[in-house]
Amino acid sequence: MVKYGIRLDASFAALSDATRRGVLEQLGRSDASITDLAQKFHITIAGMMKHVGVLEQVGLVTTEKVGRVRNCTLGRYRLKEATAWLERHRQLWDSRFDELDDVVEELNRKERIDGRKNRE
Amino acid sequence: MDARIESKPAPEKDRTTVERTSDREVVVTRTVNGPARIVFEAFSKAELLKRWWVPKSMGMTLLSCAVDARVGGKYRLEFDVGGAEPAAFFGTYVEVKPYSRLAWANDEGGEGGSVTTVTFEEKGGKTLVVLRENYPSKEALDAAGTGAADAMVETFGQLDELLVVLIEGSGR
Repeated sequence: MVKYGIRLDASFAALSDATRRGVLEQLGRSDASITDLAQKFHITIAGMMKHVGVLEQVGLVTTEKVGRVRNCTLGRYRLKEATAWLERHRQLWDSRFDELDDVVEELNRKERIDGRKNRE
Repeated sequence: MDARIESKPAPEKDRTTVERTSDREVVVTRTVNGPARIVFEAFSKAELLKRWWVPKSMGMTLLSCAVDARVGGKYRLEFDVGGAEPAAFFGTYVEVKPYSRLAWANDEGGEGGSVTTVTFEEKGGKTLVVLRENYPSKEALDAAGTGAADAMVETFGQLDELLVVLIEGSGR
């Protein structure tokens, strides 16, 4: 639980800055390089690298270096969406199969009884 | 893609796995405690299918269930979803091999409709059920709904949005 608490604090801290919230909003629309983002928010490349670093640390953004350009994309949120998608499918199928188990069990039992009757 | 979720460690027979094996395919597996013949019937006879296909947790009431499990035969399930019109799921059986294989095309999705293939493999009185859902595109798969389970995700989404508003508010 402590781990979640620290992570949550860090996420809140990451979101407490207007530029960083702007960067998330921007990346929500499309991926961008550090240089693009620095230009858009009128700050230095070094300054933007710092902001992106904070967002990257809490998993809100992931970056990848392609040649000389560092590309930024929304991080954890996408992962969360993918996990949520799988989880709701798993929940549906799990409860479906639980109810199928009951039906199959009943049919198994019926067959055993019928089998006994036929032998009598 | 290695994203994969299994149910909590429980007795082996209770384990359901759901895996996205590609951009367009989801595979669900589960071992059912009964011979393939019985499990196949539970999938292909309306009076049995309607007893388990719509779990209570889905929050939907099944109004009707018609199944003609022959190649080219149709199925149709209608649900009360609280609106004026019932919601309908319908399609056509494309493959029917008694006790081992069943496939149908989900026609309600139109162009984005998926094809579901189920195989039944019996081993030691138990049956491994492997269900594959194939979608025509990644977008169609992403959009695929699961009824009430979607509503729950929406609820969480609304909670997320509320949190963002609260965080932004406190920052000013």
